[in-house]
Amino acid sequence: MDNKTAVAKPEIVGTKPASKMAIKNLSVFYGKFRALAEINITIQSNKITAIIGPSGCGKSTLLRAFNRMNDLTASARMEGEIILDGENINASGVDVVDVRRRVGMVFQRPNPFPKSIYDNVAYGPRLYGIHRKNDLNEIVEKSLHQSALWDEVKDKLHQSGLSLSGGQQQRLCIARALAVEPEVILMDEPASALDPISTLRIEELMHDIVKDYTIIIVTHNMQQAARVSDYTAMMMIDDHRAGQMIEFDETQVIFTNPKDKRTEDYVTGRFG
Amino acid sequence: MTTTRFQQLISRNQAALSARRKIVNAVMLSLTGALTLLALVPLFWIIGYVFYKGGSSINLAFFIKLPGPLGVAGFGVLNAIEGTLVMTLLACVFAIPPGVLAAFYAARYPNTPLGIVLRFSTDVLSGVPSIVVGLFVYALVVKAQGHFSAFAGGLAIAILMLPTIIRTTEEMLKLVPPTLREGSLALGAAEWKTSLSVVFPAALNGIITGFLLSISRAAGETAPLLFTALGNEHYDVWQMIVSGIAQKQNVFQILNRILDQPADSLPLTLWKYASQPYPERVQQSWAVALVLMILVLLIEIIARVWVESRKRALQG
Amino acid sequence: MTKHIMPMSEDRGPRRFQKLIRHGDIPWQVILIIMSVVVMVLMIAIGWMLWQQSQHARTQFGWSFLIPTSDANWDPVNNHFQSWPFIYGTLLTSLAAIVLAVPISLGIAIFLAELCPAWLRMPLNWLVELLAAIPSVIYGLWGIFVFLPAVVTPVGDFIGNTIGKVPVLSILFAGPIPESGSSRLAAAMVLTIMIVPTITAVTRDVLLSIPDNQREASQALGSTKWESIWQVLLPYGLSGILGAVILGLGRALGETMAVTMVIGNSIEGNLSLLKPGYTMASIIANEFAEAVTPLHIEALLEIGLTLFFITLVLNIIARLLVWSVAQRTPQDARV
Repeated sequence: MDNKTAVAKPEIVGTKPASKMAIKNLSVFYGKFRALAEINITIQSNKITAIIGPSGCGKSTLLRAFNRMNDLTASARMEGEIILDGENINASGVDVVDVRRRVGMVFQRPNPFPKSIYDNVAYGPRLYGIHRKNDLNEIVEKSLHQSALWDEVKDKLHQSGLSLSGGQQQRLCIARALAVEPEVILMDEPASALDPISTLRIEELMHDIVKDYTIIIVTHNMQQAARVSDYTAMMMIDDHRAGQMIEFDETQVIFTNPKDKRTEDYVTGRFG
Repeated sequence: MTTTRFQQLISRNQAALSARRKIVNAVMLSLTGALTLLALVPLFWIIGYVFYKGGSSINLAFFIKLPGPLGVAGFGVLNAIEGTLVMTLLACVFAIPPGVLAAFYAARYPNTPLGIVLRFSTDVLSGVPSIVVGLFVYALVVKAQGHFSAFAGGLAIAILMLPTIIRTTEEMLKLVPPTLREGSLALGAAEWKTSLSVVFPAALNGIITGFLLSISRAAGETAPLLFTALGNEHYDVWQMIVSGIAQKQNVFQILNRILDQPADSLPLTLWKYASQPYPERVQQSWAVALVLMILVLLIEIIARVWVESRKRALQG
Repeated sequence: MTKHIMPMSEDRGPRRFQKLIRHGDIPWQVILIIMSVVVMVLMIAIGWMLWQQSQHARTQFGWSFLIPTSDANWDPVNNHFQSWPFIYGTLLTSLAAIVLAVPISLGIAIFLAELCPAWLRMPLNWLVELLAAIPSVIYGLWGIFVFLPAVVTPVGDFIGNTIGKVPVLSILFAGPIPESGSSRLAAAMVLTIMIVPTITAVTRDVLLSIPDNQREASQALGSTKWESIWQVLLPYGLSGILGAVILGLGRALGETMAVTMVIGNSIEGNLSLLKPGYTMASIIANEFAEAVTPLHIEALLEIGLTLFFITLVLNIIARLLVWSVAQRTPQDARV
């Protein structure tokens, strides 16, 4: 089923490649302004990687590089390599549409479509040619189970997605993202607009699904990063207002024994 | 590694589907660009043709002489030009003050009962066909007075201008930051003074643009004039003023002469000439079209340039 | 959509009165209120006047004035009036114009809102606006002498020779089109050009008011740009777009001069698009100034009343629809 323009997956017999994604020397420019400077980071398969740092340090910009969402901003330009399963997806000729199926995204504020709950989740699969009722039902149910929303909505699948509460809407958006079975899920402060209980539910969800997915999460909530993630990346702005990767290590290390003083200052709350 | 059900489902001709999605994307997006170009074709076609056809019969006499017999050179459409000017000016006088004032109310109190009804009425008025407005003014003024007049024509156009003026003025007033208003009030200025000397000037540029665009629309109206102003081949304002002064009439009497008789306008003349079976008249209608077109284009360009230059001035 | 900055909320009761008294505010408020009432009164007055002045015609002919009938007879000499031919002509030309204008306007609006590079947006918006600024009579003039021979007649011939020969469709499409091209088709095509700017501008604004998070959500799932537009944005803005279409329809229904100049002004019985026709606005325009008998005048006024009423209803529906899209997204609109 090799699609010539899709990113080809390397044939590996036996074990999966260790790093699912990697970013090498990435710089992101908006017009003349450099927002990210020479970022390097490696993302491990089936692990949760958190990106933390003070406001405005470019965390979201970095996150959006992984699925090339920065392309949607007219003045944005990305230089450097973005690697998915060994292939650079920031090269010309890469099928961005396919990349975005493989690398899904959940946004800070829930953004369900003004369609029914069912149609929200079924949106992605329908794009990919799945139209038979039974197939779609199966996928919708599975995705809603994965995002811990099924029990609450199974009797009202045809109500509008907007009729749900904030926390439920966010889980709907997660189900929608999961419906196309991405390999990587990007989460941009997914719980920051939600109440503490919804936040906890989403964190539990992340733990449940990470065995099948690779997750990268941006958060300004350090306790959350410490709770959920296996790896943490610390970012900050340099003197030219460009975001930089200060330190990247296992979460344990970052929070108990960071190597960079700035990281230590940040995680202990001395600033930021 | 086992493939999931999803992967099974999509693996069937994914390549073909993917290609088809891309083709549809490219085709449809190009189509929208093509349609945009298509829309511009009539624009340039009409403007170009009017300039081409009308340009050949424009001369000085056209602008300064009254109409004369068919086939004789040296006559023009002065009556129409003056009629257009008089009635448009009259319409501005009738429409701008009430329109601006009503807009002040709508912007300041949009959710009071009167505010809601006002905005509703404005919307309704903006949808009334121009010929219906003509009927209204006919019944109100022409029937009462017993004759057609420039006054009636001006009134009809004013009613058509009113909704646009209210709406654009209201929108511009709403764009003025509330802090400006509050600052003035905090200094002790009265409500009315604040509105007139602080808020209004801040919104003035946008409001003027709204005026200009309404005027452009007003100048091009024909239908409402058909049975209000009717048309008048001998309409000559300058001559009326001069003879009035000679006869020692005062301002009001002269004004009355100007306003109280039937009048022509450029669009009205265009229509009359275009429907006549004489080629010379048709040729003249192209010339009238040219004058009208230039007028409208000038106003549109000025309005746009004004907006852009003010925008740039604000951005420093 | 212009950014909506809410005015300061009105104070109630005693504080407000205090404010009013201060420094000449009362006269000011009174003036504002009077002017606002004037606008409202104007709207009512138009409707009321038309109703009043068409009284005799209404009572004499009743509802049969308006209903479809093959007995249509507009006869000033014998004082018998029936307006169905004009209603038919108005409806047919306007609906045909809508059918042609909607896809075109939709395409242009999508281009302007979603695809157009920033530097091109202002000039293009202005050019489309310019189309709307051209006076109706000039459209008519250009229509008669340029557009009809060059475009309408060939199109009419083609339709007459193809669809016009098909059994059921031939009711609407039977040719041949008159040599001059004057026909309902001509009116419909000229109307299309005239209403495209209206529908386009409102649709474009509706699309621009849809928050970016919808586009992001759709694209992040792997949609192509067209799929985002067609499957997410258009459904989102559907009620607003519908409002735009209805506004366009309202404009088409009331359009007078251009239509009168190219439609042929004939009430012969043929129903076809390709034949000359008449509209409500045209009959008023052509006959009112010369109408002599009171009944004739009243009949024309009754047509004016009908026109007023139809455009009134359409306008209300359109505004409500456009308003309902804006309601959904108060803060996050992409300006």
